[in-house]
Amino acid sequence: MKHESVPIYWRNIPQYYRLVAKRCKKCGAVHFPPVVRCRCGSKELEDLELPKEGKLVEFTVLHQVGTDFLKQKPLVVGLVELSNGVRVVGQIVDAQVEKLAPGAKVEVVFRRVVADGKHGLVMYGYKFRPVGL
Amino acid sequence: MKVGIVSWGAYIPKYRIRTEEVARIWGDDPLRIVDVYLVDEKSVEGIDEDAVTIAVEAARRAIRRAGIDPKKIGAVYAGTESKPYAVKPISSILVDALGLSNNVFAVDMEFACKAGSEGLVAAIGLVKAGQVEYGMTVGTDTSQGEPGEHLEYSASSGGVALIVGRDGVAAELEAVYSYVSDTPDFWRREGSPYPMHGEGFTGEPAYFRHIIGAAKGLMEKYGYKPSDFAYVVFHQPNGRFPVRAASMLNIPMEKIKPGIVVTHIGNTYNASALMGFAKVLDVAKPGDKILLVPFGSGAGSNAFVFTVTDVVQERQKTGVPTVEDMLRDKIYVDYAQYLKMRKMIKLFD
Ligand SMILES: [Zn+2]
Repeated sequence: MKHESVPIYWRNIPQYYRLVAKRCKKCGAVHFPPVVRCRCGSKELEDLELPKEGKLVEFTVLHQVGTDFLKQKPLVVGLVELSNGVRVVGQIVDAQVEKLAPGAKVEVVFRRVVADGKHGLVMYGYKFRPVGL
Repeated sequence: MKVGIVSWGAYIPKYRIRTEEVARIWGDDPLRIVDVYLVDEKSVEGIDEDAVTIAVEAARRAIRRAGIDPKKIGAVYAGTESKPYAVKPISSILVDALGLSNNVFAVDMEFACKAGSEGLVAAIGLVKAGQVEYGMTVGTDTSQGEPGEHLEYSASSGGVALIVGRDGVAAELEAVYSYVSDTPDFWRREGSPYPMHGEGFTGEPAYFRHIIGAAKGLMEKYGYKPSDFAYVVFHQPNGRFPVRAASMLNIPMEKIKPGIVVTHIGNTYNASALMGFAKVLDVAKPGDKILLVPFGSGAGSNAFVFTVTDVVQERQKTGVPTVEDMLRDKIYVDYAQYLKMRKMIKLFD
């Protein structure tokens, strides 16, 4: 698998590190991942940092994964509803799958996502982990 | 004018390996090993964790506990000896991961396990000079020990962040005193995967000389006696050293015990003494005096005296996980999982 280029990673740092979304100034819709044009047609968007806690809506355990994650199987991926209602898909870490269930409280954590080989850049980003499980 | 610790945040990865599991692999007698080091189990970082991610988690908790706007933090220091990059700072990743402004003094520091506490000295200096409103230092490590070598029984992972300021001080700095000399007790050359240490050299001429030198120097210069302190926290490479240092200074056991974490998570290097300090701050009462003495091989110590203020009670009620919470929140792994998580199995890139 070809990694994301260094410039693209760099441009996405606010989104990857701090869940910075775009909010439409016209209709108020929040977009994550960020967009350049709202579905209402407006291009007037402002940055909005999303909350760092939420609850698990649903999750799945992946046994077939992309090349970058082959050595991390199985991968738990979940749909999380953040405390302001915005839904984000992300990896669920530090989870004992048998204890995981929809509704579980989760928090945003900062983790390594991919490393570009032994000499390239380490790319960091958000993941989720259960709280109190 | 009060200057001191405004807030603290600690992070211990969730995974643990028991000493007996490590001993099983290398043919050591687990009872003897536990008896020598007083370490029952140690923390292990997850496969996607490193000194950077651990620093971010600890720092986020410190900011949450402080309830301050991160843009008011004007200096950020990372002290570590397990940088994922030889060249590329952790501190600049912290700037963007924490949402600090770009007008911030930032550098990574290296002095074995002492660097994080040296960052504290630097941050306090900038706050005192009026150069920054708040400063932050993070001690973070995923420390290495050669498999099968004795260091492996203690080398572990964790991080602690401290925010320094003059507004909302929870533990006021009263005094600080340093003690440093060229002592070859422990080192890692560029490119070496694991550190070397002089067996029998790490104790008397290194740990004890510098910890006692800093603590005694501070007490003599500023007129403290052991009975002034409610809590005493030393660097904790194992469970025996801090207890012995305390007895050398005539400090009773009950003052040192609350700050001991090495027995449950091992030696988190730059977070070792600071983790004990965070654990004490989690329970300290206004008026308590705390003596904190981190140590770094190579070698040196800083001795700090803090007086806890009324603000501490507010900070203790913020819902941020305490060190005690994290000591309990754990998943055990076996030796094979441990090697995988610590990225010690050789793979193709
Ligand atoms: Zn819109």
